[in-house]
Amino acid sequence: MTGRAEALLWLAQRASAAVLGFCVLVHLATIVLAVQGGLSAAEILARTQASLAWAAFYAVFVLAVAVHAPIGLRTIAREWLGWRGRSLELTTLAAGIALAILGWRAVAGVVLG
Amino acid sequence: MTQAQDSEPESLRTVQVWRGDATGGAFAEYRVPARPRQTILDLVTWIQRHIDPGLSYRYACRVGMCGTCAMTVNGRPRWTCRTLLGTVAGEGTLRIAPLAHLPVIKDLACDMAAFFDKWRRAEGRFHGIDSVEPEIAVVSPSSPERQAADAGIECIGCGVCYAACDVVGWNPEYLGPAALNRAWTLANDVRDRAGVARLKAVAGDAGCHACHSHQSCADHCPKHLNPTRGIAGLKRLAARAALKGEI
Repeated sequence: MTGRAEALLWLAQRASAAVLGFCVLVHLATIVLAVQGGLSAAEILARTQASLAWAAFYAVFVLAVAVHAPIGLRTIAREWLGWRGRSLELTTLAAGIALAILGWRAVAGVVLG
Repeated sequence: MTQAQDSEPESLRTVQVWRGDATGGAFAEYRVPARPRQTILDLVTWIQRHIDPGLSYRYACRVGMCGTCAMTVNGRPRWTCRTLLGTVAGEGTLRIAPLAHLPVIKDLACDMAAFFDKWRRAEGRFHGIDSVEPEIAVVSPSSPERQAADAGIECIGCGVCYAACDVVGWNPEYLGPAALNRAWTLANDVRDRAGVARLKAVAGDAGCHACHSHQSCADHCPKHLNPTRGIAGLKRLAARAALKGEI
C-alpha cells in the first residue's frame, strides 16, 4: 500500500476516533441515566422507536466504528501475524463492511422495529 | 579523581558480559573490582585490560559526546560512559549486552550499518538548491519551524532509541525513531527543498505511520529528545500532503 493510502488511513482513524470519543460519552451517559429510573426494555424501545435523532446519532456511531476498528485490526494483523498484501486489505475492507451492516441493522431494529 | 571517589570502597563484583558473534553467544561472568561511582564503560575496559584482551566493544570520547559506547545495561539501552554502576545495579547483578535490534559483529560491538542506511532511506540529509543561494537565508530562532527543528537537532546517532523501540523489533523494515527525527528536523528547515520527496520516503508501513507513540525512544534518549513528537509531526505533514494529492 502506498504512503498516500497509509496517510489517509491514519487520518481516517484519527477522525473516527474523535467522533467515537464524543459518541461513547453520550452513549455511556444515556445508559447511566436510562437505568437510574428503572426503565424496562419495552420503555426504552418506546423512546427510541421513530426517533430520527437517535437513529442519526447511532448511525454515525456505527460508521465511526466501522472505519476505526478495521484499520486498527489491520495494524495488529501486520505486526503480530506478519500478514501483508492484497488479502489483508480485502479482509480489512470486509471487516469494515460487516461492522457497518451489522451495526446499522441493529440501529434499524431499535428505531424502526 | 575527587576525594569522595577516593574514599569509596572498592569491592569485587560479578559482571555478566555477552560474548559471541552474529551466529550466537552467551553471557560470561567476570569478577571485577568496582566502585559505585565507576562507569559501566570503565568496568568493561577493566575486563579487556586485565582479564580478556579479546573482548570487543566500542567507544571514543568517554564523556557523553559521541554516542559510540551505547550498550544494553541490565535490559536498558544506555551510554555506558555516562552510566554509573551504583545507579543501575546497586548491589545487584550487572548484565551488559550489545544493543538490541542490530546485528552483532562481536561481543558488545554492533553493526550500525542498517541503522544509518535507514537515515538515508528517510531522506535524512539536507537538500539545498543546485545553484548558490541568492541571499543568505534568514531563519528567526523564534519561528515555529526553527523551534520544532531545535527540539530534535541535538541527536548524535547513538542508536539508543532504535534499540529501545518496540516497533523496530516487530517490523525490521521500520525506519526507527532516530531516522524519522532527522527527517522531521529537515522538514522544518525552511531552506530545504526535498519536502514532498522526504514525506514520500517517510510515509507508510515502514515509516512514521508504523509508530505507536509508546515513547520508549523519548524515555531512553540520553539527550532527552522526544522523537515521538517529531514522528507525530511527520504524520500530520503526510496527512496534509495526501489530502492535497502531493504524495
